[in-house]
Amino acid sequence: MSTTTSTSGGGLRGWARDLGMGVRFAVGGGREGWIRTLLTALGVGLGVTLLLAASTIPAIQAHRTERRLAATPTEADGPLAPSASTLVVADLRTQFRDRPLTGRMLRPDGPAAPAPPGVAALPKPGEMVLSPALREFLAEPGNALLRQRLPFRDAGTIGPAGLAGPAELKYYLGSATLSTDNGGVRVAGFGAERKSEPLDPQLLMLVIVGCVVLLMPVAIFIATAVRFGGERRDRRLAALRLIGADARMARRTAAGEALFGAVCGVLVGAALFLVGRQFVGGITIWDTNAFPSDLTPNPLLAALIVLVVPLAAVVVTLLALRRVAIEPLGVVRSGAGRRRRLWWRLPFPLGGLALLLANGGTSGAQSVVNPFLIAGGATLFLLGVTLLLPWIVDAVVGLFRGGPVPWQLAVRRLQLSGGAAARAVSGITVAVAGAIALQLLFSAIQGDFMKITGQDSKRAQLEVSLPTHDVATIRKMTREYQRTPGVRGVIAAIDTTASRPGPLRKGEPFIPSTSVTVGDCASLSELAHTGPCKDGDVFIVRDHTGQVDDSYIRQTARPGAAVDFAWPDRTGQPPRPRLWTIPKDARAIESRPDPMGMPSFGLFATPGALDTALLDEPQARAMIKIDPRFPDAVEHARNTAARIDPLTSVHALQNMERDAQYASVRTGLLVASTATLALIAASMLVTMVEQLRERRRLLSVLVAFGTRRATLAWSVLWQTAVPVALGLVLSVAGGAGLGLALLRMAGKSTVDWSVIWPLVAAGSGLVLVVTLLSLPPLWRMMRPDGLRTE
Amino acid sequence: MTPEGSLLAAEALCKAYGPTPALDGADFSIHPGEVVAVLGPSGSGKSTLLHCLAGIVRPDSGTVRYGPHALTDLSDAQRSALRRTDFGFVFQFGQLVPELTCLENVALPLRLNGTKRKEAERRAHDWLAQLEVEGVGKQRPGEISGGQGQRVAVARALATTPRVIFADEPTGALDSLNGERVLTLLTNAARDTNAAVVLVTHEARVAAYSDREIVVRDGRVKDMAGRI
Amino acid sequence: MSIGHTLLGLLESGPRHGYDLKRAFDEHFGQDRPLHYGQVYSTMSRLLKNGLVEVDGVEAGAGPERKRYAITDAGITDVAQWLARPEKPEPYLQSTLYTKVVLALLTDRDAAELLDTQRAEHLRLMRGLTERKRTGDLADQLICDHALFHLEADLRWLELTAARLDKLAEAVGG
Repeated sequence: MSTTTSTSGGGLRGWARDLGMGVRFAVGGGREGWIRTLLTALGVGLGVTLLLAASTIPAIQAHRTERRLAATPTEADGPLAPSASTLVVADLRTQFRDRPLTGRMLRPDGPAAPAPPGVAALPKPGEMVLSPALREFLAEPGNALLRQRLPFRDAGTIGPAGLAGPAELKYYLGSATLSTDNGGVRVAGFGAERKSEPLDPQLLMLVIVGCVVLLMPVAIFIATAVRFGGERRDRRLAALRLIGADARMARRTAAGEALFGAVCGVLVGAALFLVGRQFVGGITIWDTNAFPSDLTPNPLLAALIVLVVPLAAVVVTLLALRRVAIEPLGVVRSGAGRRRRLWWRLPFPLGGLALLLANGGTSGAQSVVNPFLIAGGATLFLLGVTLLLPWIVDAVVGLFRGGPVPWQLAVRRLQLSGGAAARAVSGITVAVAGAIALQLLFSAIQGDFMKITGQDSKRAQLEVSLPTHDVATIRKMTREYQRTPGVRGVIAAIDTTASRPGPLRKGEPFIPSTSVTVGDCASLSELAHTGPCKDGDVFIVRDHTGQVDDSYIRQTARPGAAVDFAWPDRTGQPPRPRLWTIPKDARAIESRPDPMGMPSFGLFATPGALDTALLDEPQARAMIKIDPRFPDAVEHARNTAARIDPLTSVHALQNMERDAQYASVRTGLLVASTATLALIAASMLVTMVEQLRERRRLLSVLVAFGTRRATLAWSVLWQTAVPVALGLVLSVAGGAGLGLALLRMAGKSTVDWSVIWPLVAAGSGLVLVVTLLSLPPLWRMMRPDGLRTE
Repeated sequence: MTPEGSLLAAEALCKAYGPTPALDGADFSIHPGEVVAVLGPSGSGKSTLLHCLAGIVRPDSGTVRYGPHALTDLSDAQRSALRRTDFGFVFQFGQLVPELTCLENVALPLRLNGTKRKEAERRAHDWLAQLEVEGVGKQRPGEISGGQGQRVAVARALATTPRVIFADEPTGALDSLNGERVLTLLTNAARDTNAAVVLVTHEARVAAYSDREIVVRDGRVKDMAGRI
Repeated sequence: MSIGHTLLGLLESGPRHGYDLKRAFDEHFGQDRPLHYGQVYSTMSRLLKNGLVEVDGVEAGAGPERKRYAITDAGITDVAQWLARPEKPEPYLQSTLYTKVVLALLTDRDAAELLDTQRAEHLRLMRGLTERKRTGDLADQLICDHALFHLEADLRWLELTAARLDKLAEAVGG
């Protein structure tokens, strides 16, 4: 050789040559080499797919919002005069089982009225244009009730431009009668301005920490994938040393192999992403779905992924080989004898906490969220937890002695190579610790985002508006609901106002008045503690909630006094009085919140006591009790409502109502943690199977001298479970620490520890799944064939 | 041939891996306390014969009798149990569990039989002493020499005082001096406990430790005893 | 090595003249030591005397080389017994063993059988030596080891030959 110095020489040429040699090993390493490269590429590819998918989230959100806004009627500043180019619109909100439908009723004022985006021509009265998803949904055999609700002629399709996502159930209904008098709004066209609300600082903190928490396991997974089959590779490198390569060359060659795997992985990831995005339209996760064209990675982020992943592969490989001496006659792991040190690991989580706390509180109105401080702090903290894990596994496993054979096998293996085990579970630790922190924060601040509605869904399940002021019509509608299959009862009441007759007295700013409720005894008993009640009774209901000035009720609703139903200030002119005398035997009773949670008060009358013809513009509310055992009772009731008037709103009573923005953040985190956990499971499985493959012969020997399958299966379980259990303990501790720090920032002190259990359960379930899936390969490795290979 | 008083006997064993027959009507028998060398060119079916005799592999046809048991009729679990209690094994290499200490390795078969850990390790220690390697008890297999490792493996095979010891090229990875010592210790121990040894080897000097040899050729067994 | 048995074996494939016998012998076994005519004639006359061969015919002309010999049934039995009898293991046995293997092949006998028999004989001796080693002092062990290694070398050669019997059969040409 002419240049002996170049073998050990550094410089770019040396690097290029050694990396190239690694690539050749990766390609030409025979079956073993290919499998290793394939595993790495697949692992890295999965990670890259996830990263690319994550990088499309901003685009998805932006596109969905853009299209939603484009389809929203443009709000006018003042009342619009009808013209050839205006139209009247009204929202039709309904829901079929758990799928929400968005509908809009349209009536053009003239021939030039614009059509909403994605719609070629406005539907004629009695016709509808609908989204492809809704057309399919309507055609499903089980959805006959929905077909009854939307019996309109199909006049066309809403194109993608008019839909937030391909799964949106949307329709436009043509009307001949819609006007501004019966619920419509006159608009000049479609397309709304984006009203950007800045994200709540607490939510912003959640989003930042969430991203860190979810992407760190992916990063760790990629780092693990790059090291697939490392032991075998080390042996190959030793052979390389034997023929004269120096340690540095061997290391670079290893880096070259990893680089090749990672580059393949990026390609695999890109391919998986491109293929996967074709199917994304069919997937709806928590009410969110997107068109394939929405899945456009942010170019900057995509470029970053493509560059950083292969670079990281090289760095990780070089770091991993730091503790390994590749000698010509084999591989020496210097780590075996050396104890892991705590002193340099501890500053990471502590530093992370310090950064987080340095940001200060986020609960105040003027609070500032510094994304760098929070993201950096959370990253540092979780990285610290990962770094602590090997030390803790070493320290704890070192304490174990004895125990049954499977336990002994597992523990001894962990004592010998705890680092590898800790590496395998570090992903899970980070994911669970992060998720626990987030959940703690969630549960603490959810009070801010969850409103207890006060609605009691046990007493009634639906509330409907009755769009009429005519008492006879109200009665007719009530009867229609009562006749609807599955309806057990209707709580219906007619509301209006009564005032004291006569002019203002001295010192009064206005004439005292109170509300009047007319209903049968059954309905009234839902609104107040009526006690014994018969038709013809009148009650005076006092308010103890402090919502209204009780003195008005006392001044207006006195037994024997007269009241005036005429609305005093309606036209400015003194109205013709509609007088009625409260019977002397009217009883004073206590109010009771109705199923909607609203208290009623004032004058309560049964129809026999008060002639409803006296009432001025009465309004009606109805709450419907349905038979929970009757299938689709709610849908039948909704159909009745739609038949009465498509604009009728039907509202299902709920005990809690979630803030929509909070819900979407939570949704995003759930989606991503599901994907992350699946990735970790895959990584653990691959590691376990590879480990088994390497011990094929030993397993055969153990079988030869009569080891039970169960013994080995248990040892595999323990070998997985012990590090995972330690990882979980650490992650609960770490998660609690991070969570408490975040809570402190959010100014909360109540902690709901129950959020920990589902995550711990998920982690343990994952161990079980991994163990179960590694059993078939274990059985295969336990065949005596292993004894024959020599 | 099922000679009187035999401990383990096989008749007309056939076993094929894929299309190639490894055993093609092999017979075999061994008496208590007897050391039988199994000779034959590589690929002749020596190891397959050993696996069938030990109940690790079920032959395609033929019977293996061990005392009152027809090994070939037992379930996998029953054969495993028999291997734990009555058989011992020594292989050429890669048989010690690398993360267990040598003492734990020797105690392992005893513990699989249900012996308590303390008792198992006490007996394991005695066996290590008998194999002249009492000093390596606390070390792991990776930290000792090949000769020591093979002695540990022999100690492990003997620990349960098996009735039959199956040794597949037990000295294949050792130098002559170590190999001879291991063989001496193994055969001495077997004779002391009246255990039978099935010794698969391709080396004449190893076979010379046997009482009798058989030759496996093309899946058939030739018993040389009748020739002398 | 027994020249008599070898020549008898060569005759098994058919009657030959004395001259042919010498040529066949030299071809198969006489690589370093061709047979003298005198050896052939003296051996053949001994075999004739013992009734193991007979004169099949004499061609015109003078001299013993014109005689054609054929093997008798007693001769065939004698060859078979010789081939089946293991040689006493001793150093430098190869030429005899080799001759036996080749003759077995030439006469369509089972050469593998011959090897097994010989190995058994070797092993019998080796067992004795091993037993002596087991009980003897260091000097005994060293002496026994020397013998054992030589015997083992013989056996290794035998194994190798056994593994290449097919090739050898081809080379010998039947």
